[in-house]
Amino acid sequence: MSTQLRGSILPKWFAAALAMLSIGAALLIENTTNVSGIGGTTALAVVLYLVLQTAWSFTVEGRRHAVDRLFATLIYSSFVAAALPLATLIWQVVHKGIAQFNANFLSHSMRSVSPSKPGGGIYHALLGTLEQVGIATLIAVPIGILTAIYLVEYSRGGRLGKWISFFVDVMTGVPSIVAGLFIYTAFILTFGMERSGFAASLSLTILMMPVIVRATEEMLKIVPADLREASLALGIPQWKTILRIVLPTAIGGIITGVMLSVARVAGETAPLLLTTFLSQSINSNPFAGPQAAIPTFIWDQISSATPASLDRAWAGALTLILLIMIFYGTAKLIARYYAPKA
Amino acid sequence: MAKRIDVNNLNAYYGTFRAVADVSLTIEPRSVTAFIGPSGCGKSTVLRSLNRMHEVIPGARIEGSVALDGEDIYGDGVDPVNVRRTIGMVFQRPNPFPTMSIQENVLAGIKLDSGRKSKDELSEIVERSLRGANLWNEVKDRLDRPGAGLSGGQQQRLCIARAIAVQPDVLLMDEPCSALDPISTIAIEDLIHELKNEYTIVIVTHNMQQAARVSSSTAFFNLAATGEPGRLVEINPTDQVFSAPREKATEDYISGRFG
Ligand SMILES: Nc1ncnc2c1ncn2[C@@H]1O[C@H](COP(=O)(O)OP(=O)(O)OP(=O)(O)O)[C@@H](O)[C@H]1O
Ligand SMILES: [Mg+2]
Repeated sequence: MSTQLRGSILPKWFAAALAMLSIGAALLIENTTNVSGIGGTTALAVVLYLVLQTAWSFTVEGRRHAVDRLFATLIYSSFVAAALPLATLIWQVVHKGIAQFNANFLSHSMRSVSPSKPGGGIYHALLGTLEQVGIATLIAVPIGILTAIYLVEYSRGGRLGKWISFFVDVMTGVPSIVAGLFIYTAFILTFGMERSGFAASLSLTILMMPVIVRATEEMLKIVPADLREASLALGIPQWKTILRIVLPTAIGGIITGVMLSVARVAGETAPLLLTTFLSQSINSNPFAGPQAAIPTFIWDQISSATPASLDRAWAGALTLILLIMIFYGTAKLIARYYAPKA
Repeated sequence: MAKRIDVNNLNAYYGTFRAVADVSLTIEPRSVTAFIGPSGCGKSTVLRSLNRMHEVIPGARIEGSVALDGEDIYGDGVDPVNVRRTIGMVFQRPNPFPTMSIQENVLAGIKLDSGRKSKDELSEIVERSLRGANLWNEVKDRLDRPGAGLSGGQQQRLCIARAIAVQPDVLLMDEPCSALDPISTIAIEDLIHELKNEYTIVIVTHNMQQAARVSSSTAFFNLAATGEPGRLVEINPTDQVFSAPREKATEDYISGRFG
């Protein structure tokens, strides 16, 4: 009986040993032929590994195991291929940005600092980004969430709901520079509003809103209809059902959606150039005059292209990534606090 | 304050599909009425029409009237929220609110309903409702733990506690035991026996023994063919329905010679 259950299975260390073998062989080939470079060698090692493993497994374990191993390996390598650029990017930013990233950098502006000289900092841009993104979030989150609530809970597939849905889809595809251009023509050219952080916030709002609507909509849709019915059947009015039952159940996902939209707009450059342009000094009033922001700060420093300004650009990139990570971490904590407990 | 329900010529639709046709029946106060019948014959639809939960489904509507102690619940100016507060409902699948603790679940209908009650009053309601649902002893030490962390049977009794906490006059139960083990089922049947002293109860069940055990009247629904609307075949005292049904279709169904 046991003979039926047992098959010939390759030992556990097989994969590791074969990987070593493939890497060794690839290195050998690199040294003896003119295939060279880390990319080529890695690709060669992966291909060698796939071929050897499939052939070996096929002869020893049979077809099913060979296919299983082949696909498992493909999936793992795709994951590594997807994660690798991200890891390199973060490493690059940290590596190059850390030189300038210090308390002085965070607490000073670029006012009367020559682009070619070291020193100066990002304070004015950090302040600008926090204000602009903050205002955009304050406007976009209520509108976005209420729109999604209307679409899911009230419109019930009605005509108006379909139109709103359509416009949200269109808005999702609006390139960021077009959002900037819109605010620029509608407010700055037509109404003679001056360039300001607030104008920038408005263009960011246009970009955030569709993301928030879609994310919230998806989260509301997966709240089981059972819960709504249970609540309505208790004689709880619909608006209270939404407020006390539906939203808390979906809040984790909604917060994540809001965070994704914040992360998306925090790095936008093009609309800011049109709506608030650049500034080297601190302007804490978002309603008057140009205001700096981290993305435009980075862009400005790269344009100067001196060693000192490039250092500042990298430090700016590091600041931006850290800022988004802080937002994200905070949001996750809030989401965990509200998430359904089992 | 159990109340009597008169259903008159009820037709229920999902969009253009008529799911239930011409149902007229009377449900006596302080009694348990069982709805039985094959799947798809419209038991749940009729039940949900009794507390205006049918119209919650997009496109669903009814014709005819349902009167609670003589007052039409579909009349002009009647607020469905008030109807549902008077006529509570327990669903087939236990559905405690996942974001709430056991205590919050019990109070969901009360706390969420404007009333400004003192802490003592609230904990009194919690205890009374949980005792009423035979759950108090099992959960009294963990009232602030999540309601979703209970077993299926306990969750269902929590849902019953939640429904009786708002002190409705009528309790509708749609296959409340179908997801439960025999022990929890007995617990809920015992509970129904106790509850009928205070409430009018309507229960949908696929379990004939259960219908025979808990109900005083039984309504048998049937449908002529798929796509046809379901109809009420007969409603009579339970012992009569199970021993000497008036209609042949009822007898066939009860004795398993259905179809
Ligand atoms: N949400 C809905 N949308 C459209 N049709 C529905 C909906 N719910 C029920 N129906 C239809 O209405 C008819 C009656 O359904 P109902 O749920 O009342 O049957 P039931 O007697 O409760 O069946 P079961 O014993 O399986 O629960 C069926 O034909 C069903 O397909
Ligand atoms: Mg049903």
